[in-house]
Amino acid sequence: MALVRAKIGIGKGCDVLDRRALAKELSAIEDGLLEAESAQGLIIAITGAPGVGKSCLIDALLHQWAPSQRIAILAVDPSSPISGGALLGDRIRMTALDDEERKDSIYLRSIATRSSSGSTPYIVSDLSSHLLARGFDVVIIETVGAGQAEIRCAAMAELIVVVEGPSRGDGVQAEKAGLLELADLVVVNKCDLAGADVVANQLSISLDLDIEPPTVLKVSALKGDGIEHLAKTILALKQRTTSEKARIRERIMMANERRFLAAIDLDSAIDSIQLGQATIEEIMERSR
Amino acid sequence: MAGRQRIIVAKPGLDGHDRGAKVVARALRDAGHEVIYTGLRRTPEQIVRGAMDEDAAFIGLSSLSGAHGHLFPKVCELLRAAGMNDIVVFGGGIIPEVDRAALYQAGVRAIFGPGTSTAEIIEFIDQASARSCGVGASEDWHWQGM
Repeated sequence: MALVRAKIGIGKGCDVLDRRALAKELSAIEDGLLEAESAQGLIIAITGAPGVGKSCLIDALLHQWAPSQRIAILAVDPSSPISGGALLGDRIRMTALDDEERKDSIYLRSIATRSSSGSTPYIVSDLSSHLLARGFDVVIIETVGAGQAEIRCAAMAELIVVVEGPSRGDGVQAEKAGLLELADLVVVNKCDLAGADVVANQLSISLDLDIEPPTVLKVSALKGDGIEHLAKTILALKQRTTSEKARIRERIMMANERRFLAAIDLDSAIDSIQLGQATIEEIMERSR
Repeated sequence: MAGRQRIIVAKPGLDGHDRGAKVVARALRDAGHEVIYTGLRRTPEQIVRGAMDEDAAFIGLSSLSGAHGHLFPKVCELLRAAGMNDIVVFGGGIIPEVDRAALYQAGVRAIFGPGTSTAEIIEFIDQASARSCGVGASEDWHWQGM
């Protein structure tokens, strides 16, 4: 019987990790039962609107990076604000996890946003540093499908790659403030489809007005076009210095949310407001 | 409800129909659980590895192709071999009555056929969470319906 190998990094001359123990540690951190270990290392956020192909693109990159790099992916999907449940579907696209040559160098964990707001819950910051402490070379954060104002990933990721696709509105979208201003690299995915050239041109023209314009690359994660070049580009990327202010801002906002959610049981606070037993002002007072 | 669980919903083997699996995944989501959907045509090895990495407490297997008699016990065996004895396995799809005893024997704790209400599956998750009935448990309990 073929055993499921429970180790990460077999035959690579580096520390061998017990996958199950690692998975249990991450659960304990998520549930607030274990403090994450801290470590420095490369954390890359891959963000962009729902359906632009973030998961598929990450899979294509894993085929380039593994097994020479040990890579952990934290794939975030939204929790229901009504039931608290979540459907985490990012594993579906990850064929590199099934690749004999690569699978022992890759660890993917699906993360639900739970009570946190925005496209990247604060717990992802803890989980990322813990994974780096456990010996991963790179941590990839796949954010929730993100809109123009969802920039929380800037609080924890060193590099931000914004993924775009064809047919995503007219040229004015490229001029709007927000997420694009923080991109260290912009990727126009699905370049095999009509309209990708137009989007890439509009983005380049708009971003060229920035002080340090990020490169815009066209790729097709599905067909593999431009992926090898993209994989090399990302690992050699430098952070835009103009995003420093936004990064600090997001770290402050993240710290504030972390403190609030530690002080308050959000679910029971919501229940008590719904039942008329408390007001929002009283909840805020209690969180101080 | 007995608390949020992480549940893998998987389609093992050569079977391209996942409407049922998606309905179950959605119902469990709406009951407050975190559901990891693996997609179609997974091998037992891939499913067990997914459960390991995701620290899942439950694995739900859906099969409409007739291969359940091989694939469901295989998942249970791999889980025990990997020491993941506390994981609860349940199944659904087109599973003839005559095949069920062998699946329960292999460690599957519930089998839900066509017409099962999603409320029943949610109730099973709650009850199974409260007792130790993983694939490696000595208890030979299985779900008898509501």
